[in-house]
Amino acid sequence: MLFLWRAVVGKKIAMAVTGAIMIAFLIGHVAGNLLVFRGAVALDAWSAFLKHNAGVLWAVRAVLFVSVVLHVVAAVQVTLLDRKARPQAYARIQPQAATVASRTMRIGGLLIACFIVVHLMHLTTGTIRPAPFQEARVYDNVVGGFHIWWVALIYVVAMIVIGLHLVHGAWSWLRTLGLSRPKAEPLQRPIAAALAIVIWAGFTAIPLAILFGLVR
Amino acid sequence: MKLVLRVWRQKERGAPGAFSRYEAPDASPDMSFLELLDVINEHLIVSGEQPIAFDHDCREGICGSCGMMIDGVAHGPMKATATCQLHLRHFRDGDEIQVEPWRAAAFPVIKDLVVDRGALDHIIAAGGFVTAQTGSAPDGNAILVPKRAAEEAMDAAACIGCGACIAACPNGSASLFTAAKISHLGLLPQGQPERARRVVAMVAQMDREGFGNCSWHGECEAACPKSISIDTIVRMNRDWLAACIMPKEKSRSEEGG
Amino acid sequence: MQLDARIPPGPLVQKWDNRRFSARLVNPANRRKYRVLVVGSGLAGASAAASLGELGYNVDCFCFQDSARRAHSIAAQGGINAAKNYRNDGDSVRRLFYDTVKGGDFRSREANVYRLAQISVNIIDQCVAQGVPFAREYGGLLANRSFGGAQVSRTFYARGQTGQQLLLGAYQALERQIGLGQVKMHPRTEMLDLVVEGGRARGIVVRDLVSGAVSSYAGDAVALATGGYGNAYYLSTNAKGCNATAIWRAHKRGAAFANPCYTQIHPTCIPVSGDHQSKLTLMSESLRNDGRVWIPKKKGDARAPRDIPDDERDYYLERKYPSYGNLAPRDISSRAAKEVCDEGRGVGPGGRGVYLDFADAIRRLGEGTIRERYDNLFEMYQRITAEDPYRVPMRIYPAVHYTMGGLWVDYDLMSTIPGLFVLGEANFSDHGANRLGASALMQGLADGYFILPNTVCDWLAGTKPGEVKAEDKGFRDAEAAVAARTQKLLSVGGKRTVDSFHRELGELLWSDCGMSRNDAGLKRALARIPALREEFWKEVKVPGSGVELNQSLEKAGRVSDFFELAELLCADALHRTESCGAHFREESQTPDGEARRDDANFAYVAAWEHKGEGKAPLLHQEKLEFEEVHFSQRSYK
Repeated sequence: MLFLWRAVVGKKIAMAVTGAIMIAFLIGHVAGNLLVFRGAVALDAWSAFLKHNAGVLWAVRAVLFVSVVLHVVAAVQVTLLDRKARPQAYARIQPQAATVASRTMRIGGLLIACFIVVHLMHLTTGTIRPAPFQEARVYDNVVGGFHIWWVALIYVVAMIVIGLHLVHGAWSWLRTLGLSRPKAEPLQRPIAAALAIVIWAGFTAIPLAILFGLVR
Repeated sequence: MKLVLRVWRQKERGAPGAFSRYEAPDASPDMSFLELLDVINEHLIVSGEQPIAFDHDCREGICGSCGMMIDGVAHGPMKATATCQLHLRHFRDGDEIQVEPWRAAAFPVIKDLVVDRGALDHIIAAGGFVTAQTGSAPDGNAILVPKRAAEEAMDAAACIGCGACIAACPNGSASLFTAAKISHLGLLPQGQPERARRVVAMVAQMDREGFGNCSWHGECEAACPKSISIDTIVRMNRDWLAACIMPKEKSRSEEGG
Repeated sequence: MQLDARIPPGPLVQKWDNRRFSARLVNPANRRKYRVLVVGSGLAGASAAASLGELGYNVDCFCFQDSARRAHSIAAQGGINAAKNYRNDGDSVRRLFYDTVKGGDFRSREANVYRLAQISVNIIDQCVAQGVPFAREYGGLLANRSFGGAQVSRTFYARGQTGQQLLLGAYQALERQIGLGQVKMHPRTEMLDLVVEGGRARGIVVRDLVSGAVSSYAGDAVALATGGYGNAYYLSTNAKGCNATAIWRAHKRGAAFANPCYTQIHPTCIPVSGDHQSKLTLMSESLRNDGRVWIPKKKGDARAPRDIPDDERDYYLERKYPSYGNLAPRDISSRAAKEVCDEGRGVGPGGRGVYLDFADAIRRLGEGTIRERYDNLFEMYQRITAEDPYRVPMRIYPAVHYTMGGLWVDYDLMSTIPGLFVLGEANFSDHGANRLGASALMQGLADGYFILPNTVCDWLAGTKPGEVKAEDKGFRDAEAAVAARTQKLLSVGGKRTVDSFHRELGELLWSDCGMSRNDAGLKRALARIPALREEFWKEVKVPGSGVELNQSLEKAGRVSDFFELAELLCADALHRTESCGAHFREESQTPDGEARRDDANFAYVAAWEHKGEGKAPLLHQEKLEFEEVHFSQRSYK
């Protein structure tokens, strides 16, 4: 494995695999979160169910933690390498094919990393408490937090960044792993974009709905 | 037509450089971009200045010698066109055009617009070949090559080694160049015995030369005068991964498609 | 100077076998003691350097480009001939040999051409094994096409980029040897002199084009594979960097120059568009399979081509050569185009062009078929001219394309300087007075892959390895001479650029020693060239210094050699009062204007010996004997 990690392509492969794991997590995460629309009982039950299976929960958390670390470390290393590979910038550059999504992967990744920290401190550990925080009262914590406009705004903005990150990431991980086939290529970008939109829409709907009083 | 060029001038490797402004009042729309530089150079020489150094040779888009960033686009605004085949009719009268050398750590500037692309040769030397000692070949028809494989191999083999992919890549990655050769040889039956070895060696050399990584911007494909597809990079990654994690025999016999 | 072709004994079929058997060998363990210098990295140079490296010799390979992959072989479009007879259409080694001798208008050496045809089949095998993506049939077998008017389909191709793919194959083999440390590559390095000591080639003097440093390399054999001299004409289909400096300086050191007047003019090139024109672009000859060549019947007819009715058009090739029509050989179509343009009926800017019209073919076959066959070429044409050949006829005009002449070599490819070998277009060996389409790639690779590795051993076996060192006095003297010449160019301090002189020389050659030549024109050229050369040395302005990358200085050196070569070219053309192949002397034609050979007086190779600056070159003749193919007049009527 170390052999893989030593090559630049290997680092990218690590990023692709960990990225895919995080995408899978996000799909599960958004599905769970949407239970908020079914009321406090449903969401709290889901939370209780997860807590009840502590072994699985901690295994998932461990995998995610390792994924995030690998993803970030690889990203930092690759970014530094790329800086070294192009030490002098062009006086003028007109991108021909790069998308907003592909060009914001790095800054987006940095913002997402910051957001994850904030998010965990807000809703998992309760370290940051813009509103009263109660252990095991997920629904109340969420609704309480998102009633505050600037909390909702942070989440809405963060979801745009995550969505954008996914537009490129959900497409390119298959290519980095060499799994993409030319025949399927015309579908891959739209599928990745659709996935990004679904995840973005699901996550964004919650703070907005709460902020505008659709969920109370 | 009248054109104004802002050209990067640099005396030698490692020296500081700067842009100089040159007017070409008598450009013709039928001129190629390199012919415009010729005309400017003729004026410069007569007026006692140093002409602009730039690499060029065949001037028909196949040798891969020429190449420069023209207004922030590798080989200029025409798609699938090397600088030598870019004609001035694609510019407007009065345009001011910025001209820069390829920029990458692995491509040090030698003078003005001339860069050292020796790193690309080193990648080929590391494994971009089929070992076939002269005289030892079987009859040309002894091994059948499916037409589709030959065509796809040819698509990748069309690479002219100009370096535009690296110049255009925000990361300075040589993935498209390397992947094109890996695809060319990996698609043909003749390339199979060394397939795993080749990809590992070439990718390692690519890293050693100080190129960046591929993050799928697709700038390389857009800049390529031969329109080589970034699907070749998918193939390179697949072959590389297979060569690294599977026993050699297995990855060697892996089917080409 | 003695010209001994050293053609091996025995019947034609066995000569190459006999030679390989009689050649002395070098023990594999001893090969690493020898060093061979290969100058040029095109098809001939790269294949030779790679093959010699594989054999275990130490090789130094030099090219002026930034990479071995850029040599102008890369631009060859059409294909490569081989007598495989895969089509079962009556081809054979003998037929390829026969076609080449006849196509060369009986001015080539039978034994060499026969060997070329024999080796042609091995070349295809070798290239396929290297992974050259030749065109294939659906069954997976190699595809062929007929080319350049040949009646058999013997041309192998890789789209319109055959030269590129063959060169990349050789380049990759070369890079492999470089990776193994067997070959040392010297890119951006130009050979500026040959070092001859004790009557043998001992090494070369080179200039590092980046630093300007002049240095020497000693070798036990030197092989020049530096291409042709078509750029003497300034405008040609050659790459801008193609030059004759290596062979010319070797010539001045004692290598005879053979048949310099045989210069091939290709009929289908994109015409000159203005004074800024820096080179000409070839359009593949295959276009003539479906295009019809015509010009208006009326002089100065300024109507758009589509507005000229059929009966006011002159399809002159079909009219003059009813059986071959638009497919008449290169030299004949080129001359015909020049004739009609000289009459003032040419089309396009400056009236130097004729139409190549696909309207009939599109009507007959549909645009789809034409697109399938020629789309990449049409696109290239449109890119350059901004005219759409699907709607408007192409305009074409002949341009200098290839030079059959070159340094004289014997059967072993050794020049008149022992130890100096010459390969590919740089030698004169196989094409006689006219080269057939798809034969240049064949010859370059035959020389490099198969002939030199099998003949150089005989030379090396008789040589003590490392006898001479690059530190020896002979090298120092040669370096000093090179440095002095560089300094001389830099210190002229005149007012005219190198290109302006080159262009003037080119125009002069093109008008007086181009597609057709006559006594008065050649004498005029021979009077004007020395005058122009003198002006060059008084008036040229070379900016910068000798100790940096200085492209003007590189050009100045090459152009100064072109001046000298141009004179020899015209002298050779003047002395050869017959017409043969690409060399058309107006004094020697049949009543209906076709070329007339003079076998009684000119069935020889004209090999010129350099007698010193300002002295007339001395002509040596190598008589050509034809035992297998009998003289006949080419006729395409």
